[in-house]
Amino acid sequence: MGIKRRDFFKIMSTATASAALVSTSPKAHAVEDFSGWPNRYAVLTDTTKCVGCLSCEEACNAANNLPEPEIPFADLDLAEIEEKRRPEANAYTVVNRYPNPKNPEEPIHVKIQCMHCNEPACASACLVNALKKTPEGAVVYNEDLCIGCRYCMAACPFYMPAYDYSSPLRPKVTKCILCYQKITNGEVPACVADCPMEANIFGKRKELIKIARNRIQKEPDKYIDHIFGEYEAGGTSWLYISSVPFEQLGFQTDVGTRPYPEYTRGFLSMVPAVLVLWPALLGGFYAFTKRRDEIGERQENREEE
Amino acid sequence: MEQISIRTENLQDWIREKLLLGKPLRDYLKSLVTPFNLVTGIILVAGLALLVLRYTNGLQAVLNPSNTYPWGLFIGFGLLGIVPLSATGFIMASMVYLFGLKEYRPLLRLSLLTGFLGYFFAVVFVFTDIGRSWRLPFPILVSHGTASVLFLVGWHVALYLTTQFVELFPPIFEWLDAEKLRKWSLKITIGATIFGVILSTLHQSALGALFLLMPGKVHPLWYSSYIPLYFFLSSIFAGLSMIILVSSLSKNFLRHRADASFLSNLDNLTLGMGKGAAVVLFAYFAMKLIGVAHGNHWALLSTGYGKWFMLEMLGFVLLPCFLFAVGYRNRDVRLLRFTSVLTIIGIFINRLNVALITFNWQLSHREYPKWTEYVVVVSLLTIGVLAYRWFVNRLPILRQHPSYQDNH
Repeated sequence: MGIKRRDFFKIMSTATASAALVSTSPKAHAVEDFSGWPNRYAVLTDTTKCVGCLSCEEACNAANNLPEPEIPFADLDLAEIEEKRRPEANAYTVVNRYPNPKNPEEPIHVKIQCMHCNEPACASACLVNALKKTPEGAVVYNEDLCIGCRYCMAACPFYMPAYDYSSPLRPKVTKCILCYQKITNGEVPACVADCPMEANIFGKRKELIKIARNRIQKEPDKYIDHIFGEYEAGGTSWLYISSVPFEQLGFQTDVGTRPYPEYTRGFLSMVPAVLVLWPALLGGFYAFTKRRDEIGERQENREEE
Repeated sequence: MEQISIRTENLQDWIREKLLLGKPLRDYLKSLVTPFNLVTGIILVAGLALLVLRYTNGLQAVLNPSNTYPWGLFIGFGLLGIVPLSATGFIMASMVYLFGLKEYRPLLRLSLLTGFLGYFFAVVFVFTDIGRSWRLPFPILVSHGTASVLFLVGWHVALYLTTQFVELFPPIFEWLDAEKLRKWSLKITIGATIFGVILSTLHQSALGALFLLMPGKVHPLWYSSYIPLYFFLSSIFAGLSMIILVSSLSKNFLRHRADASFLSNLDNLTLGMGKGAAVVLFAYFAMKLIGVAHGNHWALLSTGYGKWFMLEMLGFVLLPCFLFAVGYRNRDVRLLRFTSVLTIIGIFINRLNVALITFNWQLSHREYPKWTEYVVVVSLLTIGVLAYRWFVNRLPILRQHPSYQDNH
């Protein structure tokens, strides 16, 4: 053998040392307990401040080159709309009106759009990485990769992504991208910038949670004690505070607190095991069958003799 | 290779023998004019016209353009329903090659062909459904979303379609009289079979695992962490039922293409498959029961969805299980054939329940597939049946090639 005893020890100790190095580095745990990029941004929407003026919708359409809706914003009156609207191919965000049980004179307005989950279901569903969570907090979309399978839409627990079914050649998924083009340039998202009531505020997610908590603490009679998005679906980068329970405002309150990618993680980790074990198992069956046939044939031959 | 090299003067002969069933072109075309072909022709024209519209006017021309129900019949039926029914190939190949059940050999090739065509059309459905069909190879060639269950499905279906094509090499090369290629193709059969079983285990269950991401959307009676196992188990009795059905139809309508070994053994083999299906159906029923117990969803059984769930479980799982068992005991092949149809309907009901019928059960409004989706589905299925008939009429599928009798 070419390896001397001393060399063998050298190799072994190096291997042990490097193994120890790998296992003590904090990154070894980071994958398991990923709770989101530390400095990510978010938006806090205070539903008690929103008056339903739709400035945010108009600003959003302008910032994202979306066409004017069928009914122009100037003529759009939420009081006349019975049905609850949802984000569509040409609208990344919409505002809906809900009755206010505390004060019927002042209905509650809720702006909805992509929640920008810490660990998005849509991104884990995408088979071509067209959807991605960025370190800034935005969940962004790459039209050049998307094949249009719409698994992201089926997977999103908040029903936010929409699809452009009318385009024969360039259909795409549409959703709020937290004005990624703006926030990476030091600007704030268009809907936040144009809100006259300051119902939406943009900032670091950590800070916004503190602000939200402060508001709830200062006026415990006005707010319910719940920041929607702090833990929902593993936490999101869009946060809401409200004067009435969120289920009365059309929120998906059944999403749990578990990050969605975890639901498929167990299955995916089983895949390599099957890839390794099945050939061995099935090859074993084959060898067994073949051997049995051989023995059978030999016995037949002997009987014939 | 010398056998398939065709000189120009022989080309006409070759086309006549291999493609036109030995008839001159005019006679062949005349033989195509039958009432059956006329009806299928009308269905095909309607379906193809809609497919043209789909690529000129966008998906909304054929699909219900819904943002809350992104998947319609093409996925719910075309992918999720057809793939389990196409488990025929992997089931029969593993029975014959891996488990040594050599008596099933007369059914091997028809099972492989059914499986191959099923997967092929499942891919056609996906191709039609996705917004940019021409990007179908992207998950393989351009960008790899390895955290996605659908990525796994995409790769596996592509690989398995190829594998099934390789598994069909022996009849193809016999048809082409390519002796050397045929011998070579027989050598790789075991490898291809094992590879095929691995791929099938994974993607049959992965189709169920797609829905693991939707705990709030699929009704709790259908949603379970066992759903990958449910999809895999049900693909086994789906595949067995499909072999029973296809072999029985072939015996009736393509009898002249079948040899004595196929015709005389079929009833006995059907009994064996019926018994197998009964066992797996029972295991599946037990696992579904455990799923309800595991989630403690007993209370939901008294709701409307619960009754629908019990109808599926009793009428399309437990009843077929019972009928398969009775049919086997009484050696009643006709009952087994009827039960295979019942089981196949049950598979469609189950997959549509998961993907469409109970999907978004908590939302107040429901949306339904557009009528155009049904037309395209029927049209593509018709092409599938025609393709099966085309191959069986030409290739040694239901019979042994005269040159290779008992020479496997």
